[in-house]
Amino acid sequence: MEKQNDAVKGRPIVRYHKIAKVFGDQQVLTDIDLDIFPGEKVALIGPSGSGKTTLGRLLVTLERPTSGTIEVNGELLWHKSVNGQLLPADEKHLRRVRGQIGLVFQQFNLFPHMSILQNVMEAPVHVLGMSKGEAKEQATAMLNKVGLGHKLESYPRQLSGGQQQRVAIARALVMRPKVMVFDEVTSALDPEMVGEVLAVLKEIAAEGNMTMLLITHEMAFAREVADRVIFMDGKIVEQGSPNDIFVNPQNPRTNAFLSRFRQA
Amino acid sequence: MQPPFDILPALLRGVWVTLELTFAAACLAFVISFVVGFGRMSKHLPLKILAAAYTEFFRGTSLLVQLFWVYFVLPLLHVNLTALQSGILILGLHFGAYGSEVVRSAMMAIAVGQTEAGIVLNMKRSQIRWRIILPQAFMIMIPTFGNNLIELLKATALVSLITLKDLMFQGTMIQNTTMRTTETFGLVLMIYFCLAYPLTLGVRWIERRITVGRA
Amino acid sequence: MWDWSFTIAILPELLKALKITLSATVVAYFLACVLGLLIAMVKRTTWKLVVYAVSGVVEFIRSTPILAQLYFVFYVFPKFGLTLTPFVAGVLTIGVHYSTYLSEVYRAGIDAVPVGQWEAASVLNFSRARIWLTIIIPQAIPPIVPVLGNYLIALLKETPLLSAITLVEVLETAKIIGDNSFRYLEPITLVGLIFLVLSYLLSLLVQQIHAKLS
Ligand SMILES: Nc1ncnc2c1ncn2[C@@H]1O[C@H](COP(=O)(O)OP(=O)(O)OP(=O)(O)O)[C@@H](O)[C@H]1O
Ligand SMILES: [Mg+2]
Repeated sequence: MEKQNDAVKGRPIVRYHKIAKVFGDQQVLTDIDLDIFPGEKVALIGPSGSGKTTLGRLLVTLERPTSGTIEVNGELLWHKSVNGQLLPADEKHLRRVRGQIGLVFQQFNLFPHMSILQNVMEAPVHVLGMSKGEAKEQATAMLNKVGLGHKLESYPRQLSGGQQQRVAIARALVMRPKVMVFDEVTSALDPEMVGEVLAVLKEIAAEGNMTMLLITHEMAFAREVADRVIFMDGKIVEQGSPNDIFVNPQNPRTNAFLSRFRQA
Repeated sequence: MQPPFDILPALLRGVWVTLELTFAAACLAFVISFVVGFGRMSKHLPLKILAAAYTEFFRGTSLLVQLFWVYFVLPLLHVNLTALQSGILILGLHFGAYGSEVVRSAMMAIAVGQTEAGIVLNMKRSQIRWRIILPQAFMIMIPTFGNNLIELLKATALVSLITLKDLMFQGTMIQNTTMRTTETFGLVLMIYFCLAYPLTLGVRWIERRITVGRA
Repeated sequence: MWDWSFTIAILPELLKALKITLSATVVAYFLACVLGLLIAMVKRTTWKLVVYAVSGVVEFIRSTPILAQLYFVFYVFPKFGLTLTPFVAGVLTIGVHYSTYLSEVYRAGIDAVPVGQWEAASVLNFSRARIWLTIIIPQAIPPIVPVLGNYLIALLKETPLLSAITLVEVLETAKIIGDNSFRYLEPITLVGLIFLVLSYLLSLLVQQIHAKLS
């Protein structure tokens, strides 16, 4: 499967520039420069604690960068440029820029006091200001797409982990984000449920236009879906096409990391 | 009516006052619990300090001292409240302080993942608080609020010491005039039990329902 | 409005009365701690009848106001030949009332001790009493110290009630000063402040003890 990076062109939709993140006295991310282009599927792999989740969370403003800038669709996320000076952005600005990004958590984080349908309708109605009827239609369509059209009135606790994660995906997609971050969405699932969730992700990827940042430990999946694979460990160690990384890694650390999966 | 039940009508008049007081003070305490509880979680520092000071003050000074203060001191400051108003006010403020802690800890007990999910869906802070956190936290608050209501009902007996004619006051009056000490105080205890115990059973029932619902 | 010289003049009297308040607190709390533990232990026995009886009494005590209980103990007990001083009637009532709360706290603490501990002790052929004293209680108590401490603070603030059965503790003293001088502002406010300070100091103490134990 030869996918070419030069297939994706134009202005990046997400641009990390010289990003560093420090928690207490621990430097988690160092000097991250990363451009993601519209429609691109980027797989992010790396050992536990290498900062993958942190990188994703920065994009949805759940973490604040210690230094550096992030641009979404040409607009600064964390800063506002006033008379050529970078000032911290206010909540209004954050919300506007963040509106283009969706994220699915490892732990689903569904709202337990709402039915499945309400979970998916909540943000369209209360964030986008959609009418209830319209929101219901879209939410139902989205839930059908992830194969849960028959569970609309169920509550999260009545569903299996795989079903809950599919609801979480529908809840994010219904907001029509331009970029989706999937943070190890299958890691909390029992093995027999991993397939159904990956199938949904593959379907979304196959539609083509969604920009996807896939944080994952599922190497076969990354290889099949991604246009580009990034191996990171606090910084970006190596990146390239799935073939480059999985067949022909240049960096010994990448090789060491991947060899564990080859044995498994 | 045969003794000892001939004193029941007089006691029941007191029961009415006790219930009235419990209900009004509970409503006041409920509102204060949320106002002060939210105040304590505010990002606005002066508000936060004010709310914390309120809670510490009303929890740290004794309820009876607070009642005496309103009853004996306020009139000197030319604030004249009826005994009933004083009782409602102080019980409401006092149990509101305890309630604010219930509200705060219940809200904080909701997993951060819920707030984060709200942020990622681009909800406003206020929407996350009211639509996501509060409905879940409220389920945690209900049993504790129920227990506080029982404590409030019991605490209303203190207002008899500032001459409000509640059940306890009627009891002491009857005892004073009839000298039928055993019957009077025995009946008073039993009536309080009949008022409070159904609440206890109710709280336990709700508690069971909520745990079953979660499982 | 506020008279400082009057404040200073009445302070010694209030502090003297505070001794009564504090001794009532200590004695009642001690009683509550011991009785509460006994209740928790009895409720774990297999003597069905005793368990039901104790549970019933506990429910009744918890569901009625301390003030009503105080009147009953102080005025009704003498009719049956048991005349108590205000102090004794007071600490007895408050102590017993709080023992019903504390029994629940102990129960939680005991429940948290792993079942394996009981089994291990039984295997060693320890007597029942020995298991309780050397295995269970030492493990059950440290985690519940903060909660036990909170009840001490709560109990302290309950003691002004004893003025209703003629015990001249700190609040009653303030009221007497007020009755005699027609100045209620200073004495009653002072009593409030005294309780505030005491609650605060006790909470620090509880924190310290908890920190030491954990
Ligand atoms: N809020 C936080 N406070 C302090 N340290 C944090 C915080 N969040 C993450 N870290 C630390 O930052 C490092 C990177 O964490 P991160 O979750 O980004 O790694 P990861 O690559 O996603 O790992 P995994 O594969 O286990 O999910 C870890 O050492 C983690 O302990
Ligand atoms: Mg992670």
